Amino acid sequence: MAGAMDLPPKGGFSYDYCRRNAMLADKGLKMPGFLKTGTTIVGLVFQDGVVLGADTRATEGPIVADKNCEKIHFMAPNIYCCGAGTAADTEAIWSARSFNFTVMQLVVNHEFYQGHVSAALVLGGVDVTGPHLHTVYPHGSTDTLPFATMGSGSLAAMSVFESQYKEGLTREEGIQLVADAIRAGIFNDLGSGSNVDVCVITKGKTEYLRNHQLPNPRTYVSSKGYSFTKGQTEVLYTKITQLKPKVEVTEGDAMEE
Amino acid sequence: MVGKNCFAIASDRRLGVQLQTVATDFQRVFKIHDKLYIGLSGLATDVQTLYQRLVFRHKLYQLREERDMKPQTFASLVSALLYEKRFGPYFCQPVIAGLGEDNEPFICTMDCIGAKELAKDFVVSGTASESLYGACESMYKPNMEPEELFETVSQALQASVDRDCLSGWGGYVLVVTPTEIQERG
Repeated sequence: MAGAMDLPPKGGFSYDYCRRNAMLADKGLKMPGFLKTGTTIVGLVFQDGVVLGADTRATEGPIVADKNCEKIHFMAPNIYCCGAGTAADTEAIWSARSFNFTVMQLVVNHEFYQGHVSAALVLGGVDVTGPHLHTVYPHGSTDTLPFATMGSGSLAAMSVFESQYKEGLTREEGIQLVADAIRAGIFNDLGSGSNVDVCVITKGKTEYLRNHQLPNPRTYVSSKGYSFTKGQTEVLYTKITQLKPKVEVTEGDAMEE
Repeated sequence: MVGKNCFAIASDRRLGVQLQTVATDFQRVFKIHDKLYIGLSGLATDVQTLYQRLVFRHKLYQLREERDMKPQTFASLVSALLYEKRFGPYFCQPVIAGLGEDNEPFICTMDCIGAKELAKDFVVSGTASESLYGACESMYKPNMEPEELFETVSQALQASVDRDCLSGWGGYVLVVTPTEIQERG
């Protein structure tokens, strides 16, 4: 196990399994699918700030892996980012912080990842110059827009925005419009679903309304549920270990001479 | 699966090469420390390599910090380790379960490149995962006591594994409460 004896690597990607994985693929072993956030993410600028919205479904192929995942990520107290694409990539990107995020994303996505890291982001924030909304595409290009949608449900959400967006929206109108757009994505796109998360960023205050709307409650639960009697499962062996409280090391007194 | 101040983690016991069974007592659920367990499904060699790397990192952590790792920290560690190999990943999906501060149960699963997925009720991975989603979804109840949690987890595991040719040969269930660890085969 020579590899495990080395010090933990300093960071960055390690490509040492690429050849092995290619060999395994030749032998017929399929790579397990990645968790994608086939998504609807939106952002819009209103008169005092920015509203971001996202759905909460994470998919693994055709199966819903997480019915209530968080797609709106914290970057700075006044900057939040929504991510679509491969879940691990968006999580890795938002956890790498820097001063000017838009430039960083551009450089990182274009030069380094070159589109292989499939993460599309909607980034919004408020600073001294006012509210800003940017989108970053997997290959690294960015846009600055008054309203934006990304993800598999972006067409459904954009249709709502294009018909109802106007300059100078109030906070309530902005939240309502974002929620309507996400709901359009949830009900019309198969890759988006479950609940609506909204984040409102204004100068000096940010409100993260997690599960702002729950249009898909779980109504198919049987009220009795399954009840298993003790001993229903056949057990071959049982081993019970008591957990002892850990011994605390406290500072000792100085030894007496 | 999470219960009332306790959690259960379970796996099947088969090790196979496509359709041929090679072993019927393969261990997939590993202990990191008394209140933190990781189950790894997927390619057996990656399961064992990853487990050894994680135990190594945790021991280093224990030496430096003089305490055990919290489950949330450990989940971040596993995620980072898997994402390092983004373009040549381990063929392995972990399920992490532990008791955190105040013995609050914590469970999460990841895909093979480290995308964390936290849940409050149950997490699944493996070849029978679609079936497990269905079984757990219907059998899960919130706030189950350890005895009932054991029964529920075993029944869900057995039901799903019976519908999957690549899993089987019994199960191994570990139920951990703040005062004891119950292992059953």
